[in-house]
Order: sequence, then structure tokens, then C-alpha cells
Amino acid sequence: MADQHQLRRAWPRLAVHLALLPLALLVLDAVTGRLSANPIQDMTLRTGKAALALLMLSLACTPLNRLLGWTWAVALRKPLGLYSFLYVCLHLLVFTVADYRLDPGLIGQAIAEKRYVLAGLASFALLLPLALTSTRGAMRRLGRWWRRLHRLVYAAAALAVLHYLWLAKVWREPALWGAVLIVLLLARLPLRRRGWARRASGAPPSGAARPARAQGHPDAGGEPSQQAQDGEHSPRPVDQRRGAQGPRQQQGDDPAHDEQTLSELRPEPPGPALP
Amino acid sequence: MRSIPSSEITPEHVYLSRRRFLGAAGTLGAALALGACGATPVAPPDPRAGQPGERLNSFEQITTYNNYYEFTTDKQRVARLARDFRVSPWEVAVGGLARHPRVFALEDLLRFEQEERIYRLRCVEGWSMVIPWLGFPLRRLLAEVEPLAAARYVRFETVLRPEEMPGQRDRFYPWPYVEGLRLDEAMHELTLLATGLYGRALTPQNGAPLRLVVPWKYGFKSIKAIVRIDLVEEAPRSLWMTVAPNEYGFYANVNPDVPHPRWSQATERRIGEGGRRPTLPFNGYAEQVAALYAGLDLRANF
Repeated sequence: MADQHQLRRAWPRLAVHLALLPLALLVLDAVTGRLSANPIQDMTLRTGKAALALLMLSLACTPLNRLLGWTWAVALRKPLGLYSFLYVCLHLLVFTVADYRLDPGLIGQAIAEKRYVLAGLASFALLLPLALTSTRGAMRRLGRWWRRLHRLVYAAAALAVLHYLWLAKVWREPALWGAVLIVLLLARLPLRRRGWARRASGAPPSGAARPARAQGHPDAGGEPSQQAQDGEHSPRPVDQRRGAQGPRQQQGDDPAHDEQTLSELRPEPPGPALP
Repeated sequence: MRSIPSSEITPEHVYLSRRRFLGAAGTLGAALALGACGATPVAPPDPRAGQPGERLNSFEQITTYNNYYEFTTDKQRVARLARDFRVSPWEVAVGGLARHPRVFALEDLLRFEQEERIYRLRCVEGWSMVIPWLGFPLRRLLAEVEPLAAARYVRFETVLRPEEMPGQRDRFYPWPYVEGLRLDEAMHELTLLATGLYGRALTPQNGAPLRLVVPWKYGFKSIKAIVRIDLVEEAPRSLWMTVAPNEYGFYANVNPDVPHPRWSQATERRIGEGGRRPTLPFNGYAEQVAALYAGLDLRANF
């Protein structure tokens, strides 16, 4: 029984390393000469798309948990976010080294004259501190500032979409990514107000429902029953973890505090090894 | 006509047998015989090739990296998707404001003296190639139909065959592809109707059987698989002008000093090279074509 549970909990954490697949395929294509006649553009495009897709997947974890009760998704936010950052770094390396040969004049000109370059660099600049503070130690040291800092992920994601929108010849594909981002952001906000967890626990749709949220916050695992399961087998139940991070249990009425649940790239204790 | 070292010559019997009339041209023999020999020969000094030290792109590069949205937006997949595209029989209706409008079969067009032209091709996306085209100046064709005095522009149209061109099933774009030139641009000596490449017949992915090549303009002006050429009074509205009017203008002259609204055009990546090259005004053909635009605000007329 427990083994089965452990297995069920383990597979997403193993599957998350499929994030390395786009890189493996890129290396394979490069080694076997299957890149196009414009390999630098191939590398730029493929690392960029992987970074964007992984960032969106990272941002999808919280809504998946809250809407569908997929508690396991929460643990994937950090590895997905960090894998996204890995591809961002590769993307930037291709741009600066392979494409612009580290020529400061050309790079400066590109930044000044190509606004998509500026948007991309801004997105990188926002993601960098998030990656650097993704350790549990940094989380502890920063305390409540950690969550505020990590809200930068929304701006970084928006800039990444803008980066794509501004460089693409045709707006359709980047616009689709923009729509995905908007959906992922909206998937959090109305929930907070109407209290999805409240509905799940059968409470009436009024202020009276607040206590239900305080007990089983949507971010912590959707339905109470699943939370119980979760708590049983998890080394550190999600709720306890949050409790340890700061005083937030009874603040359900304040939207600003609810936003704390939106932070991404949050370290999860039994998380997988990171790149 | 440029001469080519015999070591680089690969006979193209297929090509020659299909175009026997060209054999009679004699001097063209060498150019026609320049096959795709895999190695990239160094282009000899040629006023039309521009800078010294520029190498021809390989046949492989030219035929595997194609922007041809009628098939797909994926440059690497165009060649495969275009493999079964029917290029024969092919007819081109040339008319509009012309004294003698007529329909030309491809065979009629191949009767024009074909010559090799080595041109740089600069894509608006910021990459470029050096391509040995085979073809004839558009002005010879226009002379056949005799433009009327009212004709001021030339409008070109690509074939519409969604059953063979999967990209044309995508309703996002207002197919068929349309492009246009001012009449004096169309009559310019550099403006080529290409029927071949590397001494062979044009491959489908490169716009077979007949495409335009306007080397001083961004690549998208060089419309492929042409079925219609009309002399018109008003400037035609191209597909790209319809899709993104503030980004793609009628002229689309290569110009490092006029950035695309969203990106600089100051540099380019030459396919096959690392790093970047500076982009040249009019793609290096300023000497030949700048006079066409004397007094024209190139920033406003992008």
C-alpha cells in the first residue's frame, strides 16, 4: 500500500527530468549533423521555446493543484522553473557567444536596436535572482521577502512572451503563449475570491466560509480528503511547511496574503536533484 | 559570363537534355555545367557577386533551408513537403496593361537566353546566402508583351494549390502570395526571373519552376512559383503588407539604416559562417540601383 503510494508520488519527480529531452535532442541533432543550414538559429529557437514551455509548465503547477487537486504538481514547480532557467542560460549563451561572438559593440547595438533583446534580457535579469534563491537556505534567510521576491516570476514570464512576440515574424504563436500565460494567471485569481476549497467542502458561498479556507487552503492540496492522504505519506505535509514559513494561517480574508500562494520556484523539501 | 575552373565542372546531362536550345548558346555551357559538386567553390570576382571573399552557398544549404510559407513555416521541412509539387505543365499568364497579353508555357520562357547570376539573398529575418541563379532578366519578358503607357507597377502572383501546398490551407494568410515592383524596378537589369539554380532546373522548395529574384530587396519580395504577372496602374498590395502593414512595406529594400519596426537590420548571419556580417545598403547593389530611389525617403518608404 505504502509502496504503491510512494510510487505514485515518485513518478512525477522522475518524469520532470524529461525536461532535459529537448536539450538531448538538440545535442543529438547537432552531433549527427541534422541541424538546418542555420544551426545558430536552430539552437536559439529550440532553447528559447523549451525555456518558455518549461516556465509555463512551472506556472501551471499551482492551478493544477488547486483546480484538479493534483497535489504532486506542487513539487514540480521548482525543478520545472530551474530547468526553464537552464534553457534560458543556454539561449543567452548561444546569443552572446555563438551569434554575436562576445562582441560588446554588436551586443550593445542589438540591445539598443532590438527591443525583443531588451525584453529577453530583462526576463533573464528577473529570473536570475529567483534561481539563485531557490535553495531552502535562501528561503529561510529571506523569510517573508522570499515570497515577494519570487512573485517576479510573473513579470519574467510576461517579458518572455513579449520577447517572443516582438521577435516573431507572425504574432500567432507567441500570442498563443500569451493566452496560456493569461489563463494560468487567471486560474489563480478568481479562485481566491470565490473560494474553490469552500465549494469543495460544501460551505455556503459567503464570508462564513472563511474558516474552511484557513484549514485547507486551496494551494495546499484541493480537497481535504486528498490532503489527508498527502499528509499521511509525505515526509512533511504541505500545510506544515507553509506554517513553518511564516504567519499566514488566519489571513484568508486579505487578497494580498493569498497571493503568497502564487509564488513559484518554491523549494520543496523532497525535491529531485537539480541541474 | 563568368568562367569556371574545369575542376569544378560537373556535367548536368539531365539539365542539358531538357534544355537543348541552351547548348546552342555556347558560351553558357560552362555555367550550365556547374553542378552541385558538394564543395563550395570560391566565387571569382564578379561585379554582381559584390564583396571579395564571398563564397557561394552549397546546393545543399540552398535547397534545405527555405522560407516558403505555402508549404510550411519550418524552413527545414519545406524541401520534403515540396518534393511532389507538380511543376509541369506550367503556364504563366502575362497581361494587364499590356499591348500583347499572352500565356507563356514554361517551355516558351526557357527559350529566353538563360544566364547565370550570382546574387546575395538577404532574408528580412537577418540571414543571407550567395546563390548562383539561372534565369533571364524580367524586362525581356515584359518587352514581349509591351507595357502600355498607363502601366506603372508589376503585380506577381503565386500558384494557389492548397491540395499540394499544405501551408495554403492555413487561413491565417490571405493566399495566394502576391508581390509587386515598380515598373522601373521590374525593368532593371538585375531583376531576374529564375528558372534554375547551380546549373540545374529550380527545385520545388526554391520556387520552381519560375520565381523572381530581386537581389537588392529582402527575400520575401522574390516571389516563387509564379503563375501570373500583370502590368498595373496602382501599387499592388503584397501578402506581407496585408498581414503586417506597419512592418512590411512595398519597397522592402535591404537597408541597414532602416530597422524593421521590431529589430535592427544592421547585421546579418551568412549561412555557413559563424558570427555576423554587416548588412550593406541595397544588399551591396547600391551602385546599380540607388539611382532608382533618388529623392525618395527610404525611411518612410520601407
